[in-house]
Amino acid sequence: MQNDKPLKKNPLSFQIDPELFNLASEEEKAQQVTQRESVSFMRDAMRRLRKNKIAMICLAIIILIALIAIVVPEIYPYSYTKQDVSAKNLAPFEYSKKEQAKIDKGADVFPHIMGTDSLGRDYCIRVIYGTRISLTVGIISALIVVIIGIIYGSISGYFGGKVDLIMMRIVDIIYALPDVLIVILLSVAIKDWVATSKSQFIIKLGAGMVSIFIVFGLLYWVGMARQVRGQVLSIKEQEYVLASRSIGASPARIIRKHMIPNCLSVIIITAALQIPSAIFTESFLSFLGLGVSVPMPSLGSLASEARSGLQSYPHLLIFPAASIFLIVLSFNLLGNGLRDAFDPKLRS
Amino acid sequence: MNAKFAMYVLKRLGMAILTIFLVIFITFFVMHAIPASPFSSEKAKSDATIAALEAKYGFDKPVPVQFVNYLWNVLHFDFGLSTGWVGNTVFELISGGFKYSATIGFCAAMLAITLGVVLGAVAALNRGKWIDKLIQVLTTALVSMPSFVIATIFLLVFGLKLKWFPTMATQPGGLLLPIFSLSLYPMAYITRLERSSMLDVLGQDYIRTARAKGVAGWKVIFKHALKNALNPVITYAGPMMAGILTGSMVVENIFSVPGLGRLFVNSMLRTDYMMIMGVTIFLATLIILMNFLSDVLYKVMDPRIDLS
Repeated sequence: MQNDKPLKKNPLSFQIDPELFNLASEEEKAQQVTQRESVSFMRDAMRRLRKNKIAMICLAIIILIALIAIVVPEIYPYSYTKQDVSAKNLAPFEYSKKEQAKIDKGADVFPHIMGTDSLGRDYCIRVIYGTRISLTVGIISALIVVIIGIIYGSISGYFGGKVDLIMMRIVDIIYALPDVLIVILLSVAIKDWVATSKSQFIIKLGAGMVSIFIVFGLLYWVGMARQVRGQVLSIKEQEYVLASRSIGASPARIIRKHMIPNCLSVIIITAALQIPSAIFTESFLSFLGLGVSVPMPSLGSLASEARSGLQSYPHLLIFPAASIFLIVLSFNLLGNGLRDAFDPKLRS
Repeated sequence: MNAKFAMYVLKRLGMAILTIFLVIFITFFVMHAIPASPFSSEKAKSDATIAALEAKYGFDKPVPVQFVNYLWNVLHFDFGLSTGWVGNTVFELISGGFKYSATIGFCAAMLAITLGVVLGAVAALNRGKWIDKLIQVLTTALVSMPSFVIATIFLLVFGLKLKWFPTMATQPGGLLLPIFSLSLYPMAYITRLERSSMLDVLGQDYIRTARAKGVAGWKVIFKHALKNALNPVITYAGPMMAGILTGSMVVENIFSVPGLGRLFVNSMLRTDYMMIMGVTIFLATLIILMNFLSDVLYKVMDPRIDLS
């Protein structure tokens, strides 16, 4: 064959340099791959998020609160149900007479960091338990919303046409319902139904928690479904999807490489903003007496109970209120940070 | 254009009526799915008494018949008899409570819109200055505070400690604290909405044109910028109505206002099904109608929106 030795260009000729048409070496190919990955969307967004100081502080606060809510109840010397008649309505760091006598004898008594409530239960552990409930409700509700929303939205967007039309009509109708009223109504009904249920799991979880999850599963996914559907519809029409299909990419690859990463930003933003709204709803229901069941504390029910002795013991309101404020504020600001970092439209 | 607009209004109205019907349907069947009877929770009664009571309230007929009857009655503003407040019709109770709730809600909404628009515009016009930053920090904090926390803190600080305002709703001026605490959340929300929409409008070409023509500064702001920046606020009217109505459940309880929200919560405690159904349908209808009105108004205010 005459092509065995590489063609060489005459330095003075105007011909195209044949060397440009050599096959790329493995090394050069590898270089291309690493270059593409270093600017991947996720990494780019994470870098931008890390630069956002407020969002990072909020993330740290959320992680700290979550750690406290997980760890502290395991090692704390008081339980959230134990009542001590001799230690009613103590101020923060105050000891009851019985405990004071013990201390005088030289025994170690763990202080009531936030005092005690009207039944003599340690308030700090109750607030921490309430925080645990609120965070659990927020995160599980967001998960429910994410799962149902993604499945529903992507089916609707992917198939399009009549399927999309019918599925979106259903979403429109649910969207038009006054959600809080339906939530209250369902909570009333489900609470009654769950209270008579014999399932050990439901009893342990509490009627209020179960009803909140059911309600979120029934009503609150519509926003997420709309977002995902819109995203899927617009990505389907993009040139780069057409391009990758034209060079033979399988549907699985298109979904993995294009659909999921592009929907991810919308999903993350919506989920992050769903958490504070779920926490709000739970505390609202608990405040009305429809949330978690006694003696399980929630931040809403703690604030509600604190009203009876408000003038003498305002700290009973301030601790759960501050806790819920801190959690919701952190999630809101983190959500804003995530939106700034992940929204491709805002990218300059 | 006019025919198209009429079509849009009709279509939107049809949707609203359908949603109201759906709410009635859901309310009825959810309440009838509850296993307990409204009479079982009270003192032990003989079977004959319960049967007589059920016949009196119409609970002895088959459920579909009950539904058709109920729907027919609701269309005639007859929500049935209350079982928790014996001797009263649900409609009497609702209209009695609605007097207070409407006063509080209307004042709170007006306060929220006025203050929100002014603060939002001020923040946008002073973008990046300390007053903008202050307004942003305050509103961010306010939308992270549940209504029951705001209301209880108001009661404690302004009502009980400083004694600036009366704490009982029946005293003169007693509705002031509930109105303030109810208006804070929507006010903060409207401020943020108005700020971003005002910033958007201020960057438009027609503002620059108006300035270039030599229109006075205040005239540009009031006639061109503010008027156009109001549109997103109108779309918030429906959700605000919902927020205020649910917020009033909490606030009325905290300040002991004998309004609709408190009535609703009490009817849940007394398992008064007719009352729960009646109030739910009443409030839902208000919210849905408000959504309808704000949608139509939005189209009137912004003719650029495509009606199809």
